[in-house]
Amino acid sequence: MDDLLREFLTETNESLDVVDVELVRFEQDPNNAGILDNIFRLVHTIKGTCGFLGLPRLEALAHAAETLMGKFRDGMPVTGEAVTLILSTIDRLKQVLADLEANEQEPEGSDTDLIGELERMAIAGTVAAAPAAAAPAEPKSSEGKLAVQTLERPLRPGEVSLDELERAFRETAPEVPEAAPEPAKAEAKKADARKADARKADAKAKGPGRKPASEGEEEKSDTKVANQSIRVNVETLENLMTMVSELVLTRNQLLEIVRRHEDSEFKVPLQRLSNVTAELQEGVMKTRMQPIGNAWQKLPRIVRDLATELDKDIELEMHGAETELDRQVLDLIKDPLTHMVRNSADHGLETPEERRAAKKPEKGTIRLSAYHEGGHIIIEIADDGRGLNTERIKAKLVANGLASEIDVEKMTEAQIHKFIFAPGFSTAAKVTSVSGRGVGMDVVRNNIDQIGGTIDVKSVMGEGSSFTIKIPLTLAIVSALIVEAAGDRFAIPQLSVIELVRAQTNSEHRIERIKDTPVLRLRNKLLPLIHLKKLLKIDDGGESEPENGFIVVTQVGSQTFGIVVDGVFHTEEIVVKPMSTKLRHINMFSGNTILGDGSVIMIIDPNGIAQSVGSSAAHDAEEESEAQRNATIEKTISLLVFRAGSPEPKAVPLSLVTRLEEVDCKKIEQSNGRYLVQYRGQLMPLVRVSENVRVKTEGAQPLLVFSDAGRSMGLVVDEIVDIVEDRLDIQVGSDVPGVLGSAVIKGQATEVIDVGHFLPLAFEDWFRRKEMRAEALTRTLLFVDDSAFFRNMLAPVLKAAGYDVTAVGGADEALAILKRGQRFDVVVSDIEMPGMNGFELAEAIRADARTAQTPIIALSSITSPATIERGRQAGFHDFVAKFDRQGLIAALKESTVEWSEAA
Amino acid sequence: MSANDETHNEYLTEYVTVMIGGQLFGLPISRVQDVFMPDRLTRVPLAAPEIAGVLNLRGRIVTAIDMRRRLGLPPREDARPPMAVGIELRGESYGVLIDAVGEVMKLADGTREANPVNLDARLARVSAGVHRLDGQLLVILDVDRVLDTSSDALAA
Repeated sequence: MDDLLREFLTETNESLDVVDVELVRFEQDPNNAGILDNIFRLVHTIKGTCGFLGLPRLEALAHAAETLMGKFRDGMPVTGEAVTLILSTIDRLKQVLADLEANEQEPEGSDTDLIGELERMAIAGTVAAAPAAAAPAEPKSSEGKLAVQTLERPLRPGEVSLDELERAFRETAPEVPEAAPEPAKAEAKKADARKADARKADAKAKGPGRKPASEGEEEKSDTKVANQSIRVNVETLENLMTMVSELVLTRNQLLEIVRRHEDSEFKVPLQRLSNVTAELQEGVMKTRMQPIGNAWQKLPRIVRDLATELDKDIELEMHGAETELDRQVLDLIKDPLTHMVRNSADHGLETPEERRAAKKPEKGTIRLSAYHEGGHIIIEIADDGRGLNTERIKAKLVANGLASEIDVEKMTEAQIHKFIFAPGFSTAAKVTSVSGRGVGMDVVRNNIDQIGGTIDVKSVMGEGSSFTIKIPLTLAIVSALIVEAAGDRFAIPQLSVIELVRAQTNSEHRIERIKDTPVLRLRNKLLPLIHLKKLLKIDDGGESEPENGFIVVTQVGSQTFGIVVDGVFHTEEIVVKPMSTKLRHINMFSGNTILGDGSVIMIIDPNGIAQSVGSSAAHDAEEESEAQRNATIEKTISLLVFRAGSPEPKAVPLSLVTRLEEVDCKKIEQSNGRYLVQYRGQLMPLVRVSENVRVKTEGAQPLLVFSDAGRSMGLVVDEIVDIVEDRLDIQVGSDVPGVLGSAVIKGQATEVIDVGHFLPLAFEDWFRRKEMRAEALTRTLLFVDDSAFFRNMLAPVLKAAGYDVTAVGGADEALAILKRGQRFDVVVSDIEMPGMNGFELAEAIRADARTAQTPIIALSSITSPATIERGRQAGFHDFVAKFDRQGLIAALKESTVEWSEAA
Repeated sequence: MSANDETHNEYLTEYVTVMIGGQLFGLPISRVQDVFMPDRLTRVPLAAPEIAGVLNLRGRIVTAIDMRRRLGLPPREDARPPMAVGIELRGESYGVLIDAVGEVMKLADGTREANPVNLDARLARVSAGVHRLDGQLLVILDVDRVLDTSSDALAA
């Protein structure tokens, strides 16, 4: 392609972008002559250049647009209609330009439609604005200067005379003195100034608050800067950057060598080289940075068009447009941003009527803001619209099969809102031409993910939504702190490091433990700590003093935490090299680098670490609030959490455990393949939860002791972790003998142990013995509980107490059995059951003459006086708290004795 | 594998032969960038087990793949350092760790046979066929499949 043409295309496209933005501004501020002059000049320049290059179609269009704008200058009122018309003319210009770029010649076609409209409006304006008619229709003053400028007729109605044009140039661009005499030449000169114009417009777009008064002055200086700027191919810059990166590496290697050789004569020149390199690096880095405003440039126009199309009144606020970020990143977020602004305008903001009804100002606001925060750029897109409709998202989730109805009910609002980023999710009730085409926020999120960013949404129904995008600056060279963990070195980007703390047992900073979470008390704040080697699973098992260590206090966003490392070396400028695709999935690392000594090390990604800190913390918080919510519904019980044979915690209801013991390992004896220990004058068999549990050979062996009727069994465990109050909700059943299933206890999946399984392991005759004894005094017992867990747990206990237990899962089932005529000596029933509850069951049993005399014992987690009273009225003999095993056995004995006496 | 070493009988393909766990393997020479002694390997925590680590090879970061692990072989008993074959894939550098490097062999594509059915599954997964040599079998490594560690995580 012709160089001249290429230059023309680039510059004209840029100018048109500026005109776009400026026109929207102008529409809002029609009295600002400065803006109008700028637009006018840009369009005129385009027109002139087109004429020069022999592009009649473009020229005619530009001319018609220019004519209409001339009317504005003459005082014609600026209407939205007129601006729309000019904007569509600009779109047409762009279209023609695109064709021109592809085919190197102006495409065939007619623009009479637009030109006619433009002229009609210009004439209407002339008629409307009487003074405008005074604009003299001068004949073309200069003949033969430019063939293409010779029109069929001297001057169209309201056409701006060349003199007037030149006046505009003289006024606004005083540094181009030769503007008047030879237009063609002036064009060429002005070509230089064009870039200046573009830049100036840029500056204006970025700083909307700036007063037009200072414009003339500004322009002067801007032009000077612009005259000194050149266009550089992006690839050239990228290459330069790579070379500088290599230079930095080499410099680092040299520095490393000199460090080892004292008194080297290289020292001084190397120091100089080092400084120069640093400056060079900074300089090259600057060339890559661009204000984010560049990505926002097209948004005012888009929002304006949307407002017209959707018949909404929308104001777009932009803050922090000058925030700079890497141009690569900038390119990648342009589209997601546009998409999100469209979304806000289309789905977020209500129509003026809806807004009036909601007592909001008719004009909706979309606020874009950008700022730096700890090595990241935060971009917020907020609107004061209707907010996300949680119910509709829920319905959609279920309808699209993204989540089950039950799951949805359990989720918090924030969790549900996150689903708008799920693939194939779009809530727009109707598909408008603007958005809701099925490709939605998931694409946005993908794009942001790709550049290592995150996106979050906060929304309040009726008040608006706010999206927060966080993207790394991804500078190719960063300053990093080199640390050591388990013998390996890692780099932590300096940007996120706040301070270094040396923790020692006796110093004011020391590592404490809250439950099992290590924390650091630092200036009266508790910092969560993460051991790097544990996090990275490279714990060599070597001596690590839990209370000492170096703590790298790190901040990521609003989150502050400490990374515990074994050693801290120094800071070094490192060149971030992308991770191999085989390793990119590890979110703890953001890349790798070659150190001065030539070795490769991993660069820690503080975000990844924060996520692992955050997820557990957030999880806890959620669990807690959930636990609180449920507290009113279901009481919590005490659970003993322990570890045995595997790192996963196991639990058993504390009420089942008789004692916790630690016995000296020397006392553990082995006989007949079984472990035994002398305990309170008896031989107590020890049972392991699984084959994986090792009976310790030295030190103290922790045991859970279960006793019944004078016999005891010890369950060998590795460690007793904690006693927690939590509700017990077995979510996943288990096929493993001895394990009832898994429940979430204090936010962790925990195996719940079936004690009943282990009792016979200790004494084969544990139940048989009871049964034999029970033969003499067998009592039949009907046990009603909806929870399989309680049935499984209590049935063996009751059996052990000498009862022939029939366990059923509900009141209906129990009544059915009783109706069939089966007799029971005693009924034990839960109170809180779905369907028929315990009270109703008791009443039903009392009502039946056959069973009216059968004693009934209530089992309940609620033992308030009121419920006990209610229970008595319903016909319960006794009221026992769930897990009060001894209480239950006692109550059973009492009631059966009563019964036998009564019989 | 590119098509040219598949069908045409008259073509010769050059292979770099390597030893891994006593078995002879051949890598198409067109895919081999260089052979080097891996030095100062940095392990990568949380990485897949067959990733031996990363290393600096003349200013480039190379991901080293432990072929013994990849093939499910036990680690070497003798303490001799492994060799590495440098391979490039989609702009990234890899070093395939092997026991020893042999010679370069020119073999006719026509004599290449499909994998014997009784070939160890782990071997078959990365093999592009075999050549019968005097007294031993040369297993041709399919470089792309060797480096594609993700797919057989699913298959395994």
